[in-house]
Amino acid sequence: MSKRIILAAVAILLVIAAAYASFFLAPEERTMGLIQRIFYFHAATAWAGEMTFFVCFLANLLYVWKRQPKYDWLGVSSAEVGLACITVVLITGPIWAHPVWGIWWTWDARLTSTFVLWLLYVSYLLLRTLIEEPERRALLSALFGIFAFLDVPLVFFSIRWWRTQHPQPVIMGGSGSGLDPTMSKVFFFSVLAMHVLAAFLIVERYVLEKMNSELDFLAREVEAQ
Amino acid sequence: MKNLDSVFAAYLVGWGVFFVFYLTIAKRTSNLRAELDRLKNSLPRAK
Repeated sequence: MSKRIILAAVAILLVIAAAYASFFLAPEERTMGLIQRIFYFHAATAWAGEMTFFVCFLANLLYVWKRQPKYDWLGVSSAEVGLACITVVLITGPIWAHPVWGIWWTWDARLTSTFVLWLLYVSYLLLRTLIEEPERRALLSALFGIFAFLDVPLVFFSIRWWRTQHPQPVIMGGSGSGLDPTMSKVFFFSVLAMHVLAAFLIVERYVLEKMNSELDFLAREVEAQ
Repeated sequence: MKNLDSVFAAYLVGWGVFFVFYLTIAKRTSNLRAELDRLKNSLPRAK
């Protein structure tokens, strides 16, 4: 069995187990009730998305330094997966917010910086479609990716630095914050599941990008003959 | 079961995004593989 199939199987099993734990093992939150269970999916996906953008940032730095195509492939692969994660975060957040806050959206620091993050990585992918020459495309998108990553710490610290409509941090939030021990275990298990899913998607997307590069090379060979 | 519909919608749409994203990768990979095979076959003939 190939490593990719094993990774896919592990990712599927983990996300099913995380969903089960979120609904049946985590205790019900006293004030919000059932709707709070979105938190395990929403926040775990946000953490996975931010980690994925960190991988993209490292790949972008390595490309600028070493100019090897594999870092460009990793950069675009992780940017796409991160964008999928943040899209899910931007959809599930308002679905949670509407019954709890009475509004779908507000322009507070956390929500705005997350939306800006989404726009930055959409721009990163759009930029790549505008440049034909592979080395120039890789270099310019790597430089843009390094700049785009600056928003990730801003998203993470926004609820620590400013008063926001978004809930204050329950993980690493200092004194007075925290989760019930079972909720905490379910949350970190969900974080693990989403990270494995993101890793699986990055591997699949990386294979696609590598094939794309081979195709470009072969097409040039055929053209030259 | 207050807000069950919202919880259901969040999980359904969230997993839907990941599923559609994976399907697009699988489809693009399959198309590229076919194109690669075609080009590889055309190379010896060109020589």
